[in-house]
Amino acid sequence: MSALLQADEASALLAAAIRGELPDERGRFGPFGGRYVPETLVPAFERLEEGVREHLHDASFQAEFRKELHEWVGRPTALTFAPRLSEIWGADVWLKREDLAHTGAHKINNAIGQAILAKRLGARRIIAETGAGQHGVASAAACARVGLPCSVYMGAVDMERQAPNVDRMLRLGAEVVAVESGDKTLRAAIDEALRTWVTDPEGIYYLLGSAVGAHPYPYLVRELQSVIGEEARQQMIDLAGGLPDVAFACVGGGSNAIGLFYPMLGDDIELIGVEAGGTGNGLGQNAATLATGTPGVLQGSYTIILQDDDGQVQETHSISAGLDYSGVGPEHALLQATGRVKYISATDDEALEALEELCASEGILTALETSHAFAAAKKYAKEHPGKRILIGNSGRGDKDMPTLTKYPARTRSHAGA
Amino acid sequence: MQAHERITAAIAAATKSGRPALVPFITAGYPKPADFIYTLKAIAAVGDVVELGIPFSDPMADGMTIQRSSFEALRQGVSLKWIFDQLDSASGEIDAPLVMMSYLNPLLAFGYDKLADRALAAGVCGFIVPDLPFEESAELRAALEAKGLGLIQLVTPATPETRLQTLCDASRGFVYAVTITGITGGGAGLPADLAQYLDRVARLSSLPVCAGFGIRAREDVAAVGKHAAGAIVGSALVEVLERGDDPQPYLRSLIGQ
Ligand SMILES: Cc1ncc(COP(=O)(O)O)c(C=O)c1O
Repeated sequence: MSALLQADEASALLAAAIRGELPDERGRFGPFGGRYVPETLVPAFERLEEGVREHLHDASFQAEFRKELHEWVGRPTALTFAPRLSEIWGADVWLKREDLAHTGAHKINNAIGQAILAKRLGARRIIAETGAGQHGVASAAACARVGLPCSVYMGAVDMERQAPNVDRMLRLGAEVVAVESGDKTLRAAIDEALRTWVTDPEGIYYLLGSAVGAHPYPYLVRELQSVIGEEARQQMIDLAGGLPDVAFACVGGGSNAIGLFYPMLGDDIELIGVEAGGTGNGLGQNAATLATGTPGVLQGSYTIILQDDDGQVQETHSISAGLDYSGVGPEHALLQATGRVKYISATDDEALEALEELCASEGILTALETSHAFAAAKKYAKEHPGKRILIGNSGRGDKDMPTLTKYPARTRSHAGA
Repeated sequence: MQAHERITAAIAAATKSGRPALVPFITAGYPKPADFIYTLKAIAAVGDVVELGIPFSDPMADGMTIQRSSFEALRQGVSLKWIFDQLDSASGEIDAPLVMMSYLNPLLAFGYDKLADRALAAGVCGFIVPDLPFEESAELRAALEAKGLGLIQLVTPATPETRLQTLCDASRGFVYAVTITGITGGGAGLPADLAQYLDRVARLSSLPVCAGFGIRAREDVAAVGKHAAGAIVGSALVEVLERGDDPQPYLRSLIGQ
């Protein structure tokens, strides 16, 4: 995809990204990003952009956000050395434990940050979309915390495969709206949330869950998630004896990946994003957007998307609801085009296998989304022995039990040995 | 006359004859691709300007009816290229100026220059792109204007005054005044303060203003017609076609014929 940019343009853009100058004032990461939204929402986006400018880096917002991250989310999350995995893989493997954050995934960093912002902007209620249900649960919890009503839009297919999270959202006081249109997964849920926002652009705050969509969301979500990479970077220096050689994160919309990678862009660290390879390379069999997609506009942003020759967005497949998305955040599109971050994919089967291996060797049940990062890291370790590897362990896998129970636990046979 | 001026002229002709212009909307190729041109001719015989919806996989500004029609047309293989081929085959047989309503991505995928060429050849005079705000529109606008085609701007009740002026000035053909703060197909009726809003848009616009979203019945067209030059009828017409009913009596009933 690097053919999208001339070499000198690519290096200038990467330098700008490292200096923190992107997105530009038009919400662009080089050619990617922007704001493609219905006219009814334009004033709402302008208010949001203005609100972000006024509050996000304001001392009082930051003080409240940091306090909530510490006292309510439980940050900083641990950096965990994985001794048995390291031995098996022939590498030095470290895990940034977002699974230990409140509600079980990195999504809470963004949710509580935006909920605080929504409160300051005078929102009457909050809407959110969710795929795996992790962002829905995080939003429900954050809304309860700041005292705002919350409605979560969730595709009917996802409600079934992530049933435990639906129940959690309801108990946290949110309304869960089943989305029956389109592909009934994350993309349809975002479309439906946007339609709802259009009905009350002044009263509703849309708490978007990944680094996707129209400006300023990709920027806002990155700023709120960068705490992952800031902590991990320092922890590697303090605990692992230095920065990693390589860092892995799974990529759905790209929020945990940008959170981990962004503070490391200027370091000599290889960065690898891992998308969902699904069941194969055919259109519709995977959600490997950056690996196989082309530029287009989806849900507010010019980015890389999975589409056919007529510009119709394609359905995706992944065993993990959180990666099952036909688009990706525009900043990832730029980081790929500049060559700074490499994006690869892992299949459903590889992810399942990696999940089992991690469970058995380190006692950590990771999310199916996250398992893709482990699968790719394992392959890398085999090809590059002796490296210091950092993996963004974006969430825990309890929510995946309805899916996992369909696959017999292979490791159980070791029990009697 | 440039293509976009044909739209303005068709609306002005209706005004001159003492009635609101009628702008029917259909999703191209729905319910049956084989009936597309037949249906289009029937509708164009009553409507002053016809709005053709290009089906898209993610119609985020549309309600259930247009979503359903869009997904079904796609399922049956309707594409922008197919639509242009069909329109070419009916060339010279449709008098009403055509306007295409499309989300941006199918237009991007088609290529802007080729789009303008084929649109002009097919009798399309303008485009409405619901997910393309003015700030992102320079490139498409330039490609269309190079061929005399118009990019029609939408304004909404949420649009602030200064922006309203910018959008009215940028629009070509007519100004599309969205009646409600919401998506297409809403059944909640027209808002109470519609008259003031439409008057405000009309004051700022040198082009005729057509109102759309939520217009279903003769009373709606009459109410809108007092304050705007035309009425756009989308979801309600799509539902008529969906039921297999003849669209002409329905459209005529809207303008009291
Ligand atoms: C645990 C976990 N990891 C990763 C993701 C993917 O999202 P993103 O790419 O925004 O980090 C999700 C999404 O639901 C998730 O729940």
